[in-house]
Amino acid sequence: MRPFTYERALDPVSAAARAAEVPGARFIAGGTNLIDLMKLEIETPDHLIDVNGTGLDEITVTEDGGLRIGALVSNTDLADHDVVRRDYPVLTRALVAGASGQLRNKATTGGNLLQRTRCPYFYDTAQPCNKRAQGSGCAALSPGAHSRQLGIIGVSDACIAQHPSDMAVALRVLDAVVETMTPAGDIRLIPLKDFHCLPGSTPEKESVLMDGEIITAVYLPPPVGGKQAYHKVRDRASYAFALVSVALIRHPDGSGRVALGGVAPKPWAMDEADAELPNGAKAVMAKLLEGARPTEENAFKIRLAERTLAAMLAGE
Amino acid sequence: MNEMFRDKIDISLTVNGEPVEGRVPAGQHLVDFLRGALGLTGAHASCEHGVCGACTIKVNGEAVRGCLMLAAQADGADIWTVEGLSDQGTIKDLQDAFVARNALQCGFCTPGMLVAIDELLGKEGVPSRAEIREHLSGNYCRCTGYEAIVDAVETVARARAQKGAA
Repeated sequence: MRPFTYERALDPVSAAARAAEVPGARFIAGGTNLIDLMKLEIETPDHLIDVNGTGLDEITVTEDGGLRIGALVSNTDLADHDVVRRDYPVLTRALVAGASGQLRNKATTGGNLLQRTRCPYFYDTAQPCNKRAQGSGCAALSPGAHSRQLGIIGVSDACIAQHPSDMAVALRVLDAVVETMTPAGDIRLIPLKDFHCLPGSTPEKESVLMDGEIITAVYLPPPVGGKQAYHKVRDRASYAFALVSVALIRHPDGSGRVALGGVAPKPWAMDEADAELPNGAKAVMAKLLEGARPTEENAFKIRLAERTLAAMLAGE
Repeated sequence: MNEMFRDKIDISLTVNGEPVEGRVPAGQHLVDFLRGALGLTGAHASCEHGVCGACTIKVNGEAVRGCLMLAAQADGADIWTVEGLSDQGTIKDLQDAFVARNALQCGFCTPGMLVAIDELLGKEGVPSRAEIREHLSGNYCRCTGYEAIVDAVETVARARAQKGAA
């Protein structure tokens, strides 16, 4: 781990201002991803701003009947929250499908959104990776590379890494909105669907956050009801990242919403695909995964997504 | 080095019920502070990447990875390690069940297992075998194949529930 300096921020306004002012500064909250990446020297911040004391750890019901989730609320506390369990069960299901209990106890809502991909080539500093070292190439696209886990849609010639979060997939299907504080002290509201960037030719840029901007909360709209489910398909039953995951909200009239995890650089959803729900899983995935460009090793994800959704629809 | 840019941080915390103060390097991990500065070597620094669970400790009542937390972040925290839980006697039945059921062989993962299980047994109800397995999925054991560990936890969970009911 490279040497760095450390300070504690007491409120989001000063945290954002300091992060913009100090070169090489990063926020640290739960640290479950950042500290690991620092040990591997994939992340090499010169300065850490600890935001755990900024008071962003409350869950409150909003005036419109939705929920405001503070950025520091742990994955455990969010999954256990009575209102979340009752009105947004897809979120609880997704959260408990992620990581292990010890990690969920520390991992935060904001940090979960900003966690980095688990692409093996991003993690191996001896390999080229455009996300880690701009312009070095993408080892995952080299012949014989292991791409089983990686993205099939929204990817580019520069990067096929997938977003690893389960929580974000549920937040996407729930139409969540991310609240941030800019270094100038302004509040920004960013729909989750616009929050993460596709890699294009700049895979190092993963979200629309500007330098120093800090996530302060995530908003959920008022409960939409319906039957909610989250199915995560992975190589072992627990403590593994998704090959494919499906978040589903289904209403009695057959309408609903779908979001996919494990297949793209961001939670993957589309209104046009949701409109196909009454026509079945095949129709939904034909729309949602239209234009997919899988590798030979991960082409199975297209059928797997289709079959996972089909099983969920049949299981109602 | 002004007030804002510190590479040594003063911390004040409680470890196993005793007040502790320290001045730690910004880059020191909590598990290394506990092992090196305090001599509490029960939490093992093993994979050191948050995967294996051998460094599991309790911070403010929750089981967490000691290797994925900076010592600087533990300021004000209430920390329990396997030593504290052992000395207090709160996990004696669990330790006895581990021995009785051969739930360890080399024993390297055991301290992390015990702390993680202590968190599980602190919750309401008797966990099912599936729930026990799920709760321990972040703790690796390369010897036992896990069945004996799940047996031990199940035995203790039932015994405690009976005792509570009696």
